[in-house]
Amino acid sequence: MTTKLFGEPVQRREDPRLLTGNGRYLDDLGREALAAAFVRSPHAHARVRDIDVTAALDVEGLVAVYTWEDLPERVGRALPLLIPHPALTHGRTAYPLARDVVRHVGEPVVMVVAADRYAAEDACALIEVDYEPLKPVVGLEEAVQGAQLVHEDVPGNVGAHLVQEVAAADGRGAREAIETAPHTLAFRLDIERSASMPLEGRGVYARWDGRDLRVYSSTQTSTSVRMAVAAALGLPLPQVEVIAPDVGGGFGVKIVHPWPEEVLVPWAAMTLGREVKWTEDRREHFISSAHERGQVQYVRVGFDDDGRVLGLDVTILHDHGAYTPYGIIVPIVTSTQLLGPYKPGSYRVEFTAVYTNTVQVTPYRGAGRPQGVFCMERTMDKIARYLGKDRTQVREANFIRPEEFPYDQKMTFQDGRPLIYDSGNYPEMLRMIKELIGWDSFEAGPGRGIGIGCYVEGTGVGPYEGGHVQITSDGRVHVSTGLTSQGQGHETAFAQIAATELGVPIERVSVVTGDTRRFGYAVGTFASRAAVVSGNAIALACRKVREKALRIAADALEANPADLEIADGVVHVAGTPSAAVPLSTVAVLANPLRYAFDEETAKATQFAGAAAPDRPPVAEGEEPGLEGRDYYSPIRSTFAAGMHAAIVETDPDTAEIKVVRYAVVHDCGRLINPMIVEGQIHGGVAQGIGGALYERMVYDQHGQLVNASFMDFLMPYATEIPHVETGHLETPSPLNPLGVKGAGEAGVIPVSAVIASALEDAEGIEVNRMPISPSELFELRAARMG
Amino acid sequence: MEHEITLIVNGVPRRTGVPARRLLSDCLRHDLGLTGTHVGCEHGVCGCCTVLLDGRPVRSCLTFAVTVDGAEITTVEGLADADGGLSAVQRAFAECHGLQCGFCTPGFLCTVTALLRENPAPTEDEVIDGISGNLCRCTGYQNIVKAVHRAAELLAEEA
Ligand code: FES
Ligand code: FES
Repeated sequence: MTTKLFGEPVQRREDPRLLTGNGRYLDDLGREALAAAFVRSPHAHARVRDIDVTAALDVEGLVAVYTWEDLPERVGRALPLLIPHPALTHGRTAYPLARDVVRHVGEPVVMVVAADRYAAEDACALIEVDYEPLKPVVGLEEAVQGAQLVHEDVPGNVGAHLVQEVAAADGRGAREAIETAPHTLAFRLDIERSASMPLEGRGVYARWDGRDLRVYSSTQTSTSVRMAVAAALGLPLPQVEVIAPDVGGGFGVKIVHPWPEEVLVPWAAMTLGREVKWTEDRREHFISSAHERGQVQYVRVGFDDDGRVLGLDVTILHDHGAYTPYGIIVPIVTSTQLLGPYKPGSYRVEFTAVYTNTVQVTPYRGAGRPQGVFCMERTMDKIARYLGKDRTQVREANFIRPEEFPYDQKMTFQDGRPLIYDSGNYPEMLRMIKELIGWDSFEAGPGRGIGIGCYVEGTGVGPYEGGHVQITSDGRVHVSTGLTSQGQGHETAFAQIAATELGVPIERVSVVTGDTRRFGYAVGTFASRAAVVSGNAIALACRKVREKALRIAADALEANPADLEIADGVVHVAGTPSAAVPLSTVAVLANPLRYAFDEETAKATQFAGAAAPDRPPVAEGEEPGLEGRDYYSPIRSTFAAGMHAAIVETDPDTAEIKVVRYAVVHDCGRLINPMIVEGQIHGGVAQGIGGALYERMVYDQHGQLVNASFMDFLMPYATEIPHVETGHLETPSPLNPLGVKGAGEAGVIPVSAVIASALEDAEGIEVNRMPISPSELFELRAARMG
Repeated sequence: MEHEITLIVNGVPRRTGVPARRLLSDCLRHDLGLTGTHVGCEHGVCGCCTVLLDGRPVRSCLTFAVTVDGAEITTVEGLADADGGLSAVQRAFAECHGLQCGFCTPGFLCTVTALLRENPAPTEDEVIDGISGNLCRCTGYQNIVKAVHRAAELLAEEA
């Protein structure tokens, strides 16, 4: 095949438009649309007594003002709980606009529609809401006490509680195994809140033409937004289309849906008969989208003289914020993915998810894994320290061996399916990372340390994705899939798959994602699943089209389909390049025509003599057109893995922390485009560094987010991010036709663990809480000195 | 009250009426329809909205349109050559995979274009320093740094 592009660092096909200002992000659309803005609660917890809009009514350009009471019953219903779970006994979601009680600063209370955003915000400023402040619940400790309630009908603020236990081979539980283990340790580990923080916020733009509704949303799932909007507005599904235009980053937060604005903006467009658009500003993104990471974890571990874990008992307190629209995916992921590449003798994990009067918590890249990995890797380091062993030795003693795959961790994963690792080679990966960073030759000194962190990531979760592939009579290949893109280069990676499968030049392939007009069935882009699930679906759809093309070409060439191959867009008899027919012609032959538009199509018309007169033009069981559709529905997730190592230096006086080297060895099965995969890793590591050293959401005791701007929430610039050295290991997944595993989240997952490990090495103090700032390091030093 | 202003945007004089509080970013995006300039924070930190004002990078979200009446402004739409060919900086970003979602990219391209005009052969530290006012949430900057060096190389070859 001349067109083997799978595995090549092909330059991105989305770049030309994005480099010239021709991308189309949400706020670039709908220049004529009315603008929406929201009055949001300034209180973390309050009863709404009265809303007085009179002063706003004189604002020039004002079109409409809506409170919850103005919404029709169906539109005003509580937003859906997207992922119910039996352990989530007290799931609660918000109303599109506050109904009686607000439960976090930033909750929308009034919607204003005006000629432009300036006028809409003027009107918002003049609306008087009379609040009766209620005592807010802020922080896990306060939530657990349950003295104050976030939701009156949720006792103790507990939304969910779940215990999972994997007994030892002899049937003993983890707690028992720990009691009788030669050595035990117990400690508490904290991770603070952070957030996805894409540079483009959320946004919705809706057009209603009297019959059909078209919604554009900066979302990670257009198909599901479509269903949610249709349901909320009572519209038949075929009358609603949802399109994700170019999206300026997602990292998890944009998988949540429907946002209040995704219901309200389309509803306003229908009600007013005008186009309406809302573009989130940065402060809104901080206080009214979603956060993640905040968790407290108590660990007890029992181990033997080699550092082998005999029993591991983890108790997790998870802060859900005010609502649980995305269920309890984050603590479930922490609970299961905490195990990493290891096989503890027995394991018990319990989590309690509580409500607080803060922004809701939903997955952010890594989705609970960074916390779990922090737990497990800190545990490994502590065991090594206790036994006086090398940290990599203790890890190795606990690894699942290459010959043990598929390895059943005997738990239930976030997709409701068994946690069975499909493939991997952890000892080899450890060897590679040690070599890459120079582990064995490293000499720690005061203020200089090395750290390591390992993880396993379940990627490519189901239920399914689909792909549609059509070859038109101009020889072009049109690929579509329902899931969305936020910078992952799907237009390139999926085109590589199609070009390789079909034997066509990549220039002829175009890819559309996230447009329900093109593909209506999909789940969405999250959990490092796009390449795995859509990638395989597209490959399968291409195989169908290829088979049909060969069948039709075989007829035309009077050859056996088995003797045909496709190269450069031309079907030919293997070994006889002259016996050939281009795919463009095959596409013509696949679609018998009555009308001609050009020379190519003329060949398919009824007097052109292409079809046998004694057979129907479209044979029984056939369909016109050279196209195919197929789906890939994985039996369960495929498990990627990675190991990171870093060298840090700390300043003896200022306690400034500098990451001087950062190395990654990564295994995501077969690589579709190594350039894109590396880019994903770089970006993930940068977010991880942000989470380890700089980023946190700071709430005061009143529930005010005091650092809700880029001025005070410290996302790293180029000056803070080290150069990342990467190595790849490829253990193909046996679960899917392409042998791929997901790569999107990988980079971020172990970074806090790695930095903590390196800091401990440099400073000789225990690091049990991340992120860590220079002043916190300074305090840890001071505490050690006593 | 509206003020009549003229901006020379990408070489073309554009007349428009703006209220005094109209941000340059909004004026470019919504009044003139040049949506390539992005807004990531509207408080001067992310650099997404960077445009060249008389050749120097400025944050258009911190600039009132009315204050730059008569000025020459270059936006991302004006970086390509007159014949539409991508500039060296744009080509280098594509070649080095210096963008993912592309939202921060226009700001980086404008910043780097000005940087290389002033310093055609920057050192590693000068590159990092030069882009240290722009946030990117996707790339981890590594390939952006690489792209700046590559752009310098391309410019030198083409000079
Ligand atoms: S939008 Fe201007 S600096 Fe962020
Ligand atoms: S490429 Fe997405 S923010 Fe930079």
